[in-house]
Amino acid sequence: MTRLDAAIAGIGATEFSKDSGRSELRLAAEAVLAALDDAGLSPAEVDGLVTFTQDANQEIAVAREVGIGDLSFFSRVDYGGGAACATVAHAAMAVTTGAARAVVCYRAFNERSGRRFGRPDAGLAGQQSSQGMEMSWHVPYGLVTPAAWVAMFARRYLHAYGATSEDLGRVAVAMRRHAATNPAAWFHGRPITLADHQASRWIAEPLRLLDCCQESDGAVALVVTTAGRARDLRRTPAVVTAAAQGSGAGQMMMTSYYRDDMTGLPEMSVVGRQLWETSGLTPADIQTAILYDHFTPFVLTQLEELGFCGRGEAAAYVRDGGIELGGRLPVNPHGGQLGEAYIHGMNGIAEAVRQLRGTAANQVDGVRNVLVTAGTGVPTSGLILSGVSD
Amino acid sequence: MTGEELLDLAAKQAALGELAGAPADDPVNVPMIRHWLAAMGDRNPVYLDRGLAPPAMAQVWTMTAPAPGDRSPVSVMMGALDEAGYTGVVATNCEQTYHRYVRVGELLTPATRFTGLAGPKRTALGEGFFATWVVTWYAGEGEPVAEMLFRVLKFRPPEKRAEPYPLRPSVNRDTAFFWDGVRRGELRVQSCADCGELRHPPGPMCPRCHSANRAHVVARGEGVVYSYVVHHHPPVPGRETPFVVAVVELPEGVRIVGNVVDCPPESVAVGMPVRVAYRPMDDELVLPVWTPGEP
Ligand SMILES: [Zn+2]
Repeated sequence: MTRLDAAIAGIGATEFSKDSGRSELRLAAEAVLAALDDAGLSPAEVDGLVTFTQDANQEIAVAREVGIGDLSFFSRVDYGGGAACATVAHAAMAVTTGAARAVVCYRAFNERSGRRFGRPDAGLAGQQSSQGMEMSWHVPYGLVTPAAWVAMFARRYLHAYGATSEDLGRVAVAMRRHAATNPAAWFHGRPITLADHQASRWIAEPLRLLDCCQESDGAVALVVTTAGRARDLRRTPAVVTAAAQGSGAGQMMMTSYYRDDMTGLPEMSVVGRQLWETSGLTPADIQTAILYDHFTPFVLTQLEELGFCGRGEAAAYVRDGGIELGGRLPVNPHGGQLGEAYIHGMNGIAEAVRQLRGTAANQVDGVRNVLVTAGTGVPTSGLILSGVSD
Repeated sequence: MTGEELLDLAAKQAALGELAGAPADDPVNVPMIRHWLAAMGDRNPVYLDRGLAPPAMAQVWTMTAPAPGDRSPVSVMMGALDEAGYTGVVATNCEQTYHRYVRVGELLTPATRFTGLAGPKRTALGEGFFATWVVTWYAGEGEPVAEMLFRVLKFRPPEKRAEPYPLRPSVNRDTAFFWDGVRRGELRVQSCADCGELRHPPGPMCPRCHSANRAHVVARGEGVVYSYVVHHHPPVPGRETPFVVAVVELPEGVRIVGNVVDCPPESVAVGMPVRVAYRPMDDELVLPVWTPGEP
């Protein structure tokens, strides 16, 4: 991949809640304005918008609300939370090629007070689309929630590597520990113990309630422009060192059960390979990682797919405190989606920017490169963001 | 019996004309009249004063329980309609004509004439036939004293339809063969008609040789649990929790998702042998499910 010339110059968010009391479009507009204010750009200077295919707020609607005028670039990325880092990837390509000069990526929803993704949707298999046909091999059997789709992978992982529910629980405990000291986190001041995890009820065995991320209302926006221009703006830029999307052979939306192995995430391997090749970095060059944590099992899988440990070694890595603050690779210092909020991965990208700026609530020392991933079990994306070397 | 056969039978019954029934067990009497007046709240003194029966009592004097093996035209017709599935019954008409009062001491004899069958007709209750007959009550030497036309609708109660199962698959021309197979008790795995590659879930084009000539093989119906979940929460429409969903590996070399049933969820394990079964979910949808198989 050609080197990108892009940086995240501004981040913005609403509060994270269970009931925003506002429309999703208003949340989007508020987050976009906050990000522009953070960057020191005016809406009139924005000429590109990128969001998720699943987002209910069209680019043109957001542009109207915040007073963005002409748009020369707009795009959307599919596959749920897998879109998160890809919105920045698309924006980075746009500013690198000159398709746009300043692009805002956003995601806004009332995922708790509005449509909840964790609720069974009987109509999922009812569409005559390729996704409807794909769902038709699963939904009729009651396999209809994201937790259950992920649990199917998790069972095989636990079976293959002799890992246990407690190993999954340690991921949740670490995320809640981080969130406990992040004032922006929903679970600020509310850590859990492994015993709490083990006592939480089954959702879809082998997943318990505390293996599942929370549901949130809120919005996050990110301003992407060229690295050179970002240097002249208000904030220290987070340079997009590498950005990638990934889908594997035999890929499905969340039910890729028909590939040779069910213990990995081949699509994340596709992402990781590109990130390392493009950046020339290795796992040792990453000081903290934002790993998508809608469900605990895939945090283990990602550590393996991205090369932070070997196959089947993630449980031991986590058992040794490897993903905690002060560990080998602090993961999700903001508390992740298990602890801070579930904004479809976009809040994690904002945290990566804060870590590079040195302004995070749980600041990791000496952060030069942060690896960020997007939704797991789906076609996905990833970023390596870096600080500017003076 | 078809509708036409029922109408033929009805014509034969009507051709028999009026057939006399058994005379009343008791003559017209004061205790029954008094009882009936009290039950109806009729305070007119004329009946008991003059020894007359209220006309509307006509049926009362000859009312008997239907005898087993009763071959009267009405019984034959009702039986035939029942057997043809018109098991519902509702009276639609009852018209009574009285020629004179009957007196205490008179012995009445009924006679019944089956007059016809009309239908089949669509009604709010369901498809049905209207059957009509006339009963005449005679006193003494064949003097008619009262008549009653009676009409009933014999209808086919709508079949109780199972509640539609809410988690329906989409079916299109690429996948219909699978669901057709399931309805016939066959677990069909798509095969490429050109290179023989087996594939599940199926699709319109062979990923190996790009042939669009699709065929299928019928799987043996055995498999092994490759992975599984026990779903507890949230509630799923059309399902009772907990239930097990598994990825089942078939000896044919493909995997398929389905429910493991007929065993406690805690007895399911990776590597467990299972055998296919077919479960109707409603009047239309059949799902393949998996039961514990031979170890
Ligand atoms: Zn072929």
